Amino acid sequence: MDWETVIGLEIHAQLATRSKIFSGASTAFGAEPNTQACAVDLGLPGVLPVLNEGAVRMAVKFGLAVGAEVARRSVFARKNYFYPDLPKGYQISQYELPVVAGGHLDIELEDGSTKRVGITRAHLEEDAGKSLHEDFHGLTGIDLNRAGTPLLEIVSEPDLRSPREAVAYMKRLHALVRYLEICDGNMQEGSFRCDANVSVRPRGQSTYGTRAEIKNLNSFRFVERAIQYEVERQITLLESGGTVQQETRLYDPDRGETRPMRSKEEANDYRYFPDPDLLPLVLEESFVEEVKATLPELPDARKARFTRDYGLSPYDAGVLTATREMADFYESTLRAAGGEPKIAANWVMGELSGALNKGSLEVTASPVGPEALGGLLRRIADGTISGKIAKEVFEAMWAGEGDAEAIIERRGLRQVTDTGAIERLVDQVMAANPEQVAGYRAGKDKLLGFFVGQVMKVSGGKANPGQLNEILKRKLAPR
Amino acid sequence: MPLSGKDVENIAHLARLALAEEDIPRYVRELSSILNLVEQLQRVDTEGVPPMAHPLDAHQRLRPDAVTETDQRELFQSTAPLTEAGLYLVPRVIE
Repeated sequence: MDWETVIGLEIHAQLATRSKIFSGASTAFGAEPNTQACAVDLGLPGVLPVLNEGAVRMAVKFGLAVGAEVARRSVFARKNYFYPDLPKGYQISQYELPVVAGGHLDIELEDGSTKRVGITRAHLEEDAGKSLHEDFHGLTGIDLNRAGTPLLEIVSEPDLRSPREAVAYMKRLHALVRYLEICDGNMQEGSFRCDANVSVRPRGQSTYGTRAEIKNLNSFRFVERAIQYEVERQITLLESGGTVQQETRLYDPDRGETRPMRSKEEANDYRYFPDPDLLPLVLEESFVEEVKATLPELPDARKARFTRDYGLSPYDAGVLTATREMADFYESTLRAAGGEPKIAANWVMGELSGALNKGSLEVTASPVGPEALGGLLRRIADGTISGKIAKEVFEAMWAGEGDAEAIIERRGLRQVTDTGAIERLVDQVMAANPEQVAGYRAGKDKLLGFFVGQVMKVSGGKANPGQLNEILKRKLAPR
Repeated sequence: MPLSGKDVENIAHLARLALAEEDIPRYVRELSSILNLVEQLQRVDTEGVPPMAHPLDAHQRLRPDAVTETDQRELFQSTAPLTEAGLYLVPRVIE
């Protein structure tokens, strides 16, 4: 049978606030256990939550960026369950009235077409603490530093139809929250994690199949693999006459499979109700307008501008705007280079990205900054060095040998543009290769390349290619 | 809407309350009478009345995003039954 895959993603983005969502404790990552867990985070008697304006601002910013409705009135609710890393016995979340409802995100598919993915809602909530199960004499260690960290849970419509689409959506969202500077996107530290709802149905059927929820996927690769595995598992099950259970499953990256999670709580009976400790969140029009004014240029708009203003191909513009940092780097380089957007694009996507990949570095940590790279491109543009020599200079810059100017001078890489000097080199090469000279003059035009190569070799790659070509043609011409 | 003994057991389990077997009929009776009251309330026509999220007619005040708390781990952990390496220790919970 021909099966169709249906996927919806729930993404938890940790908001980049300084303090927690309901307390003044720090959210900084990596502190000593429980040194950033205050009385509110611990749920001690008599404490009251006070909502962080920064978290609200970020949620609104997200809502505006995905064309959603920002609720002028939203309500916080208690989600009740018992677990040791949740000290109050409930998580403060939003249920019936979330702060953001109904938006969308456009993703690009492999065939180059665009697909619009619906965003059902995004709501504010607090994170739980961390349980450490290893090595405490059979006990569990609890670190509550993370308890109360603000999260934005972003729920998509079941619009995704393949693991690839799910990853494309997740990457787009990841880029967006970083463009908006509302989440650092650090997946290793758990700042951006994903639960996937996966089901299959016979193609053409309008109702959804029973879904399984895969929890806590914290890398793009795991999302793709886990969904792939889950789809195959469900199809195999259905084709052999079985039925899919609605359940929560965990992905085991070592074994590359999903398996059912032992139930934390019978049938997810969370007994939501409005939190009496928190009043409804009411947003004034002026507040929303104020946030709107802080929206940066978004990835799609920036990509369109790159193709329009810089004449880049949609592919190149897509690569360069994939992250805000990369796009900023490119534009700074271009400014420093003083023009030639396509050459700058080739360098950023070629030499620079290659070197970054090799060193596993983020673009913000590049040893060659945009100013320095722009300076190098300037030397190519003004004819001081050829593009080929520039690669050597770039390597030296990467190794920390200074700026382009200094390296060119120190290594004597300045291009030879003195016609007399190039002519002498040509004469030398012609004298050493009489057979090839005769061959060329007898009509073997292709030998021109041989001469170019030879002269370049003796010049150490420094002869100006344009001048060299012209001189060679003149001197080799049959007489 | 009368509750069954099983409902009460389930509610008690969700709330992590241990009930003595002989107390269950009493809880069934008392909780059922609360639900009867709710049922009575639900008969009121609320067409056009917006749902109330809080009895106070006020809205949430916001706090500036600033760190105002200092580390008081030692004080907080002085009341904890068991701690080690800065962690609270609890009976093992396995996923």
